[in-house]
Amino acid sequence: MFDDIGTFLRVLTPGIPVTVMATVGGIALTIVLALAAGLGMLSPSRTVRVISRIYVEGLRGTSEVVQLFWIFFALPLLVGFQLVPIWAGILVLGLNHGAYGAEIVRGAIQSVPRAQYEGAMALSLSPTQRMRRVILPQAVVEMIPPFNTLFIQLLKSTALLSFVAINEITNLANQRLVSNFQQELPLVWLVVLVLYLLLALVITTVMRLLESAASARVGRKPSARARAAAKTTAGVV
Amino acid sequence: MGWDWSFAAEVLPALLQGLVLTLQLTVLGSLFAFSLGLVLAMLLRGPWPIAIVVRGFIEFVRSTPLLVQVFFLFYVLPDIGILIPPFATGVIALGLHYATYTADVYRAGIDAVPPGQWEAATALSLPRSRVWTGVVLPQAIPRVLPALGNYVISMFKETPILIAITLLDIVGWAREAGGRTFSYDEPYTIAGLLFLALSYPASLLVRRLERRVGTI
Repeated sequence: MFDDIGTFLRVLTPGIPVTVMATVGGIALTIVLALAAGLGMLSPSRTVRVISRIYVEGLRGTSEVVQLFWIFFALPLLVGFQLVPIWAGILVLGLNHGAYGAEIVRGAIQSVPRAQYEGAMALSLSPTQRMRRVILPQAVVEMIPPFNTLFIQLLKSTALLSFVAINEITNLANQRLVSNFQQELPLVWLVVLVLYLLLALVITTVMRLLESAASARVGRKPSARARAAAKTTAGVV
Repeated sequence: MGWDWSFAAEVLPALLQGLVLTLQLTVLGSLFAFSLGLVLAMLLRGPWPIAIVVRGFIEFVRSTPLLVQVFFLFYVLPDIGILIPPFATGVIALGLHYATYTADVYRAGIDAVPPGQWEAATALSLPRSRVWTGVVLPQAIPRVLPALGNYVISMFKETPILIAITLLDIVGWAREAGGRTFSYDEPYTIAGLLFLALSYPASLLVRRLERRVGTI
């Protein structure tokens, strides 16, 4: 039985870098889009606010599987060329989770006490300096626990890429193991589940480290509330 | 290839038929998730060995993809002698997955009930079951309704995963129509708009409810 676990792992190993690449790429794009749209929703310009809102509500409102299929099958017909599958996958993951992340960014920025804005204004910092040096560093500390949850959601969403034939972990299990190990399929899928659990643990560990670094940077220990939030929402304890 | 209105009109009935299945899965999955989640939340307040096992189960289910859980159940249930159609497997998978989320929602709601209420119930020597049904849950549940509503919406948007076990929901029919005609624009765009048309008003409704009862 354990011989077979070895076989499963050998077959699944090539999928791990693909899953990791989709996750890391998706996270990078998520951060960029979340910051852009999150700040956009707080912009003084009405046009920018409306565009950010449409992006956020549009991508949160439609199903991720639909978005995936749309980018893979409908978009090439409309624009006339097709993206390399893994890049299209990263694009979908980033676009979708970026919309959720935007709300996190907006909420965190709004939670920075009003006095901090006034203090920065009294020091006659420009609006950009105010955001970059005063507001954002404090908001980032608040963002990290919910982003941890979001990144684990993103990791889980990479399994959807198996629908469009990207050879990540789930697809390899489906293509290479399902037909050959009829008797042991529950075990095959248990191994896959544990692989995802381990990857989720890596994300949580990194985010915990980032959180203490970010808190130290603004001169405070991680608040009890943030730690409690990380614990209940992180997906992994 | 441009947008073809007549093809759009042609695929719409099949997609609406898929929508019915999507809604059935969402409603049954939610009922399962709401009841199992409540049980899990109450077990979290039980003796510590039980609480630890339940916590571990919750974290495990939450950190792993629903799609893989669907496959796992699809193969494990027949293995242990439970022969059920894919529809029931789908409901169980959605319900189990979201029960782990609703469990924490209920937990927060239960924690928010003031300790004095527990003490008063104990002072009146109410039996344990009465403490839950008569005192704690009536105060905990109204406050968590908006959060539960949000998970129903998430579940609605995640049901297309069940095309993996041959369930023809909205996306299933869109894929079928696209595969048959090689024009994917119309089916997938309409599928997306159908999701938006239902989930956006639903989320506005939940937001209004949040303002009314407050959030946990």
